[in-house]
Amino acid sequence: MSAVPTPRRKQRRVASAASRYTEKAIEALIYLCGLSAIAFIVAIFVFIGREGLGFLVTHLVEMLTSTDWSPTQDPPVFGIVALLAGTFWCVGLSLVFSVPVGLGAAVFLSEFAPPRLREGLKVIVELLAAIPSVVWGFVGVMIINPGLQAMGARIGLNGLNGAILLALMTLPLLVSLGEDALRAVPETYRQAAIAMGATRWEMVWRVLLPAARRGLLVAVLLGVGRCVGETMAVLMATGHSINIPKGPFDPVRTITATIAAELGETVRGDAHYQALFALGVLLFLITMAVNFVADFALRGRRTR
Amino acid sequence: MVNGTVIPLEVRDLNAWYGTRQVLKNVSLAVRPNEILGVIGPAGGGKTTMLTCLNRTLELAGGRSEGIVRIEGESVDKVDPNELRRRVAMVLPLPVGLPMSIYDNVAFAPRMVGVTNRRELDEIVERCLTQAALWDEVKDRLDQLGTRLSGGQQQRLTLARALSTEPEVLCLDEFSIAIDPVTTMRIEAVLVELKKQISIVLVTNLLQQARRIADRTAFMLLGSVIEEAPTEELFEFPKDKRTHDYVNGKFG
Ligand SMILES: Nc1ncnc2c1ncn2[C@@H]1O[C@H](COP(=O)(O)OP(=O)(O)O)[C@@H](O)[C@H]1O
Ligand SMILES: [Mg+2]
Repeated sequence: MSAVPTPRRKQRRVASAASRYTEKAIEALIYLCGLSAIAFIVAIFVFIGREGLGFLVTHLVEMLTSTDWSPTQDPPVFGIVALLAGTFWCVGLSLVFSVPVGLGAAVFLSEFAPPRLREGLKVIVELLAAIPSVVWGFVGVMIINPGLQAMGARIGLNGLNGAILLALMTLPLLVSLGEDALRAVPETYRQAAIAMGATRWEMVWRVLLPAARRGLLVAVLLGVGRCVGETMAVLMATGHSINIPKGPFDPVRTITATIAAELGETVRGDAHYQALFALGVLLFLITMAVNFVADFALRGRRTR
Repeated sequence: MVNGTVIPLEVRDLNAWYGTRQVLKNVSLAVRPNEILGVIGPAGGGKTTMLTCLNRTLELAGGRSEGIVRIEGESVDKVDPNELRRRVAMVLPLPVGLPMSIYDNVAFAPRMVGVTNRRELDEIVERCLTQAALWDEVKDRLDQLGTRLSGGQQQRLTLARALSTEPEVLCLDEFSIAIDPVTTMRIEAVLVELKKQISIVLVTNLLQQARRIADRTAFMLLGSVIEEAPTEELFEFPKDKRTHDYVNGKFG
């Protein structure tokens, strides 16, 4: 009596088992993709960390207290205070230019520019983003360098030169992310402000910027992350002189430039080699911290 | 002039276009002192566009107009648009709590015209929230974000903001479209109270709402005012067949 239903039920069970397996396999694949992204980051960190982390730990005090970076002297000195100062000086100075100009341009594009002009300007901004780092280095050496000298700088390759380049390089990011943040503000906010007699500027200043401040902060932080890691342009334009800057015209040297310039001269495994990797670890930690803060700002919902 | 008093808001032979498409055709309307003028009609009839002519926001929406709009006898073209928008307040269909504290929402417009004294601002905030029937619900949490309030509360916050500029005319565009019936009734009661002081233009998609609180009602269809009459008259004895059909639910 039960001879007929049995095979059917079996069949059904087999089919559903098969589909369950494919589903499982796809699931595993997706999981694997996600994991591999993390794995790459971990692998990079392990690679840099294996060479540099030990050095960083054993020499941390020396690195963070000395301004003298003389890795080829005997005995060598590995003070990175001046390099850190050079990096943050360039980044900070660049923000002085890039934040007002970049966010100002974002406000202009999203609120004031007629549609035609907006599209045109966005194309230009995207072109700006496509210029390779080394070309910016040329601009620094060939154009900004004599420009700064004409303005009275003793040396045209200096912190200000690097900062201007960094500002130009981060502008596209700031403009496009800033514009996205402003466009994400609901149209009803604008209408409500205008309906109460606000001028366009009052509306931007009192409603739009506060409403978009999270997105704008993220744009700035990602810009900072990009600046901290930028190598070639600052290597070419900052004068490559280890120095705690006292003014914008002082030549400086950044962490990235140091790694790029010196790694080729080291012997694999020696103290200098390890020191450069330690710098790499530090750089990695700094940019990660910046991105983490950006991520936190983006996800945070609390506003008061 | 009606019996020697100035008409708060008057529209005469108003035409409006988006691009080449005409959406208002010779619209004439007047809001009398201390009355609620209801405006009804099917969607797309130009009710919202007519309102944007009253506070000169039509151009911001990409349209243009010709004709006469007067506020207290003066052409609105001669009034600074930002000043005009404080005198002709607008409540839009969707509730908008601005992303700042409840207090700052209501103090926004007064601050823009230079009120900085804290006690003065406190007074304005309390008065407007009370008028909008929201004070009791929020008086203990004025520093909470306006966006956190419920939809119905946000619409009353919007109303409080509109009142903060001490307008002469209050316009509401289908204010109840996204809120609950209880809040709708509360706001209707607020409007009846408010008309003792100011004039109100109430664009509504609810026929019964116009019937409940409008003193006079205008019926707009395809950019024209078909008929305007005391509310009971318009609903009970419409002169135009199209009005008759609309108020009796025969089209919409
Ligand atoms: N910003 C706009 N641009 C172009 N056309 C519009 C715009 N706003 C409204 N319209 C058109 O104008 C007509 C009147 O619309 P509206 O004033 O919103 O009517 P109502 O408020 O009575 O529904 C409609 O046909 C609508 O499609
Ligand atoms: Mg409408």
